[in-house]
Amino acid sequence: MGMQSQDIIRRSATNGLTPLPQARSHEQEVAKLIDVSLCTGCKGCQVACSEWNDLRDDVGHNVGVYDNPANLSPETWTVIRFDEYEDETGKLEWLLRKEGCMHCAEPGCLKACPSPGAILQFANGIVDFQSEQCIGCGYCIAGCPFDVPRISSKDNRAYKCTLCADRVAVGQEPACVKTCPTGAISFGSKAEMKDLASSRIEELKGRGHDGAGLYDPPGVGGTHVMYVLTHADQPSLYHRLPDNPHISPVVRGWKEWLKPVGALGFIATLAGAFVHYMGVGANTTEEEPPVDLPAKKLENADQDSAQNGRDA
Amino acid sequence: MDNSNLVLRTKLIDRMFHWSMVSCFTLVALSGLSWFFPSLNWLGYVLGPPQLARVLHPFLGIAVFGLLMCMFVRFVHHNLFVRTDLIWFKHIIDVLLNKHGQKLQIGKYNAGQKILFWGIMSLISLLFVSGLMIWRAYFAVFFPITVLRLALLAHSVAGLALILLVIGHIYMGLWVRGSIGGMISGYVSRTWARQHHDRWYEEEVAPTNPLHSKRSG
Repeated sequence: MGMQSQDIIRRSATNGLTPLPQARSHEQEVAKLIDVSLCTGCKGCQVACSEWNDLRDDVGHNVGVYDNPANLSPETWTVIRFDEYEDETGKLEWLLRKEGCMHCAEPGCLKACPSPGAILQFANGIVDFQSEQCIGCGYCIAGCPFDVPRISSKDNRAYKCTLCADRVAVGQEPACVKTCPTGAISFGSKAEMKDLASSRIEELKGRGHDGAGLYDPPGVGGTHVMYVLTHADQPSLYHRLPDNPHISPVVRGWKEWLKPVGALGFIATLAGAFVHYMGVGANTTEEEPPVDLPAKKLENADQDSAQNGRDA
Repeated sequence: MDNSNLVLRTKLIDRMFHWSMVSCFTLVALSGLSWFFPSLNWLGYVLGPPQLARVLHPFLGIAVFGLLMCMFVRFVHHNLFVRTDLIWFKHIIDVLLNKHGQKLQIGKYNAGQKILFWGIMSLISLLFVSGLMIWRAYFAVFFPITVLRLALLAHSVAGLALILLVIGHIYMGLWVRGSIGGMISGYVSRTWARQHHDRWYEEEVAPTNPLHSKRSG
């Protein structure tokens, strides 16, 4: 994206010693709030997303559920999940969730990405893939706690929801928010969205949804896509929404622990070799003058080897 | 040139395996390091733009694995540990301090080289398997994310360990004068052979010298 109307707070594969553009300090954190209790599963948001972002996924197959397309893909950046849930009393509930990138405050994709600048986190909280820098390694997929990024087989580049960074940059709400006919998706500053969520949660609790609550998981530093869930105590009911999402310790070990240890290993190995050479000097061979073969010596050598025997 | 002072240590076919593997390995290792240490991103440009490097890296990695497997077949019988390797281990300090003198009964490869051999062969196997698993274009889709994360970590650990081993290997080649020339031309001097691989010289080089009768058994 050529436009640069937002400050950048994190840039993939970039050393923290070099500060990123951050002179504009007034930028507000934004958030999208998805109230699952208001969603009717109309998929208008999916259509708006495809339309605004010029995505035209292939027509898939009906796999016996209402999820359509069946999964996120490089050309489907959001999909409504339909999950059936029976509570203790046997009452059936249909739990709907608009799945897509959560725009984590501590993004695992960005931590894992090895290509400088292929993933940016803007000061307003949006985490965006810069497709022209993407090399298609798929590390972002391993880094993501929500299983969101998808690599296109057409161009070997990763794609996901941009939170309509291009719309937000010019003061508009994301396309899905704009189009949602029931008002289930709201957009504004993160503080406003938290306020809105708390009033909605109060209302839901008043109507008997005792488990209602906000999904803004602290394990990833909070997210810039939040849910109002009617069963906030059991997020995994909503199509395996992680109860406590966090960057995998394996990914952390790889990026935070192995990297400095590896760097030390290199320095130690190279320094050790150099010091050894300085201290001991070259291991040379004192060549005898190339006269006739020293037959006598060879005979001795033969005797030696006869005594020593041979290896297996 | 008088060749009578030289003995053939490495055959042409083995040298070809070695140096073609080295060429591929250099490219694979540098591009791999460019992703492990993004601050050294420029290393990856040995394979062109990063997108192209990402495409080529796994194919070249397969070439390295294939060539190393050829070398495994050719070299394994020289690299099995034997009892006399203990002598080398006991004198490792003298070896490193360049103190020659005692006969350490070193075969074609010394115990350190044997460790290197088995280290390289096991690490390249781990890199091969984990590399196939994380190969996004073809195989990664068959593995769950938790397995891929472990494979990514294993690939990085094994790659680092292998590169560090190879740095040690290169240093030994530079330190022990005559080794690199020997790996290029195939020939080392008799003195070199006696000094560094006495048992090999006595058992395999000297007995087959045309001036002496061949030993059997």
